Amino acid sequence: MSPDIWHLDPLILAAIAGMALATWLTRYLGYWLVRRTTVSGRLATALEAVPGAILTAIIAPMAFATGAAESGAALLTVLLALRLPLIVAVAGGCLAVVALRWIIG
Amino acid sequence: MTTDTPRGGGDFTAGVLTILPLLVAVVVYGLLFGTLAAQKGLSPLEVALMSATVFAGASQFVAIEIWTSPPALLLLAATALMVNLRHVLMGAALAPWMKTCPRGAIAVSLYMMADENWAFALQRGAKAPLTPAYYLGLSLPLYAGWIVCTFFGTIFGGVLQDPARYGLDFAFTAVFLTLLVGMWQGRRNAVPWAASAVVATAAYLWLPGVWYIALGGLAGTLVGALQRPQPEDGPPVVHPEAHDVP
Repeated sequence: MSPDIWHLDPLILAAIAGMALATWLTRYLGYWLVRRTTVSGRLATALEAVPGAILTAIIAPMAFATGAAESGAALLTVLLALRLPLIVAVAGGCLAVVALRWIIG
Repeated sequence: MTTDTPRGGGDFTAGVLTILPLLVAVVVYGLLFGTLAAQKGLSPLEVALMSATVFAGASQFVAIEIWTSPPALLLLAATALMVNLRHVLMGAALAPWMKTCPRGAIAVSLYMMADENWAFALQRGAKAPLTPAYYLGLSLPLYAGWIVCTFFGTIFGGVLQDPARYGLDFAFTAVFLTLLVGMWQGRRNAVPWAASAVVATAAYLWLPGVWYIALGGLAGTLVGALQRPQPEDGPPVVHPEAHDVP
């Protein structure tokens, strides 16, 4: 725990500023690159694939490369999501991962 | 996004209600992040400043992991750049929706773009006009919640040390899986998603750090680009059909 809540170190501030600048670059670059372009044809098809591709990449390690409990819970989440609202599928997935880790050990 | 909808307040509330269930996980991870940052010697104010300016959970956790005293400025900036490379693709995917938005709204929207509000925004755009009010409703609770929870995590560190005990380390995976189910349009998605999954898993197993998100995302996007364009014009289509977000 830090003794001083409002403490500000210049070097730490510089590190945070560097991280923020790098992150802002990633946030604005993609928009800036396609903003003037009329999105159609090949580019439209590519951008259409972005959401699924990114979300798949984010979940891949947990779903495919962590363990049987995580893979099983991922499968159950997908099955729940086919019929039930998001919140039920997410809660079911979290409960399943706890249970499966306990069972599989 | 379009600005011509008169029901701004209603859209804002709808956005807030959509993102609200996710705040449980944000609280837990915010407290955890503050705890870890305090152990590396960061003050609550420094943590809040980082959360307010960087506002990217994954890159903040990685930064704290490699944090030294004094901090390695260049390494931290380069790592943040690498971890957040996916934002480039995400911003490009969001761009067609923001054509008619005022500049200020675009700047604010991109400043607060995170995996969660971005995914929900695209899901919304598939069935209704994506207004700045709805996007703000998604984003402000996420943004404010992250700053407040990381701040208090630094002060009251150690309250929530182990999210895995409650399965909360799986919460974001579950949310994104559910959103993926809603995006499924049939065989058209199968090949790009499989490419993303294979490349991301391989990169996760064999490359250090978090290259897997950017590489998997890029692989899926490139494979998607090779497919035949869909007949309809306009912004990229995300197609939720299995369920509505509450």
